[in-house]
Amino acid sequence: MEVATRFVFGNELLEIAKTNDSFVVCNADTKACGIEAMSELFPNRSYSIGIAEQNLINVASGLAATGFKVFACTFAVFATMRCCEQVRTYICYPKLNVTVVGTHTGLQVGEDGATHAAVEDVAIMGALPNMTIIQPADAVAARSIAHASIGFTGPLYIRLHRNPSPVIYDDSYQFELGKATKILNYGDDVALISTGIMLQKVLDAAGILNAKGIRVRVIDMSTLKPIDEEAVLEAAKATNAIITIEDHSIIGGLGSSVSQLLAEKYPCKVKCIGIPDVFGESGPCEILYTKYNMDTTGIVVAAEKLVAQKNINNRNE
Amino acid sequence: MADFQKLGVHDLKCMSRTIRTDILKMVHAACSGHPGGSLSATDIVTALYFNTLNINPKDPQWEDRDRFILSKGHCCPVLYACLARRGYFEVNELLTLRKYGTKLQGHPDMNKCPGIDMTSGSLGNGIGCAVGIAIAGKVRNKNYKVYVMLGDGECQEGVVWEAAMCAAHHKLKNLIAIVDVNKLQIIDTTEKVMNIEPLADKWRSFGWKVLEMDGHDMVQIVATLDYAKTMEGPVVILAQTVKGKGVSFMEGVAKWHGAAPSNDELARAISEIEGVAE
Repeated sequence: MEVATRFVFGNELLEIAKTNDSFVVCNADTKACGIEAMSELFPNRSYSIGIAEQNLINVASGLAATGFKVFACTFAVFATMRCCEQVRTYICYPKLNVTVVGTHTGLQVGEDGATHAAVEDVAIMGALPNMTIIQPADAVAARSIAHASIGFTGPLYIRLHRNPSPVIYDDSYQFELGKATKILNYGDDVALISTGIMLQKVLDAAGILNAKGIRVRVIDMSTLKPIDEEAVLEAAKATNAIITIEDHSIIGGLGSSVSQLLAEKYPCKVKCIGIPDVFGESGPCEILYTKYNMDTTGIVVAAEKLVAQKNINNRNE
Repeated sequence: MADFQKLGVHDLKCMSRTIRTDILKMVHAACSGHPGGSLSATDIVTALYFNTLNINPKDPQWEDRDRFILSKGHCCPVLYACLARRGYFEVNELLTLRKYGTKLQGHPDMNKCPGIDMTSGSLGNGIGCAVGIAIAGKVRNKNYKVYVMLGDGECQEGVVWEAAMCAAHHKLKNLIAIVDVNKLQIIDTTEKVMNIEPLADKWRSFGWKVLEMDGHDMVQIVATLDYAKTMEGPVVILAQTVKGKGVSFMEGVAKWHGAAPSNDELARAISEIEGVAE
């Protein structure tokens, strides 16, 4: 079964709204995550701001200043860039209780092309002080994150996805802020740290690598900021070989955070898989993932190469 | 607030002179800041804090209070001076403006300074925040009013008009915007830099009720603010003002947008302000 994280998240918020009136929603004329339906169910708690993202964030800021928890939802490419300064100065700086929900992230927007492919949103939001960033790997995580976000206080960016993606977790999964999920541990050859919907490709790659005799670990980094340092360091110390995988630019995302951490605290072999320093383009996302070696084969090849390098280094020492 | 006696016109005029003197001393002590737009806004902000606003300095977060957002945040010396004189913090703290560790940041910070209802400083955004606070008041059935002051040059920011459209769309009867029309911006007149006229027609066409007043005539200011309260908004008051008002060598001179007076200039400015005391 495949479900899009954005709809699961939005529908769960709608469910929560039926018994919890502590939050309100601001929309910018995008059918981003299904939460737009709240304007029919609870017209007093859902506000249409129109195609005006800067004002979307300013209005959210004002609402939050009166004590409301506010969700401001639209496509990530607009939510993080069109109104970047408003998010910075009117949400993050005053530490207001606004959750920016950015949907349609990464190369999943495929055919829409570069203008709509948010491949730098994490880098931009991550540079803002006081901002926390979360990304679910599947529908189960998205549902759990919907609940967690209600209880969260302060600036929060939630990164969601357009297309249906495989359900990976079972219902026992509980999102925990700042904690990575250690999904697989076949051994100490290499650790694959994934974020978001790339997880299924990473798990497929792990299976292939295991069959080839390469023992991998798989970690799902659902909180991108603050990153789970302990999980990264533990994996690095065990394997000395880390691969990050994300549907985002390799500049300023998971790969950068992990690299910075390891450069300071435990230098080891690192390979960052993601979108190189380029814009998106029109085309089916699977073709784009293959183009940038972000597909299962690309991950397998990168892991084999990194492990080989590590072994050469070990022999030379 | 039961124990605060609203000031009448005569006392408001006296208070304006005190506030103007405070502003000049603050900017002088900081060696930087924005006296021109602070002085053009002084009479209006003084009237708000000492007559119009329903606020309680002992309880800055009182949820039923009227709100005031200084969208033209660089003119915060006037706001800080009014807050101090109204009792939100000690008057002697005014001279810490812009200094390390101060609650009086170069632009207003709602988490550092009591009485600041919204952080501001990057132009154009305060009115959108005011819209959010006004929507919250409406859906919670609160009686508070939300006041927001913009500069005329600030109206060149596109996001002002996103917010203007939004306020009318949501029928925000509790929102009152005041534009400090001092006709100058950093490098020259608004007319030369980017003409914003006809301003009244623009606001009207965005669905706002428009009032106009002389922003230095205290009788008009108090009467217009009182009248605006009775109207079903959103209401905008276009206040005709003079940048640098009250100091002859600053009036209408663009350079005083963001410059501190020297010792000599400060002394001359203060003697001019005190000289017009009735």
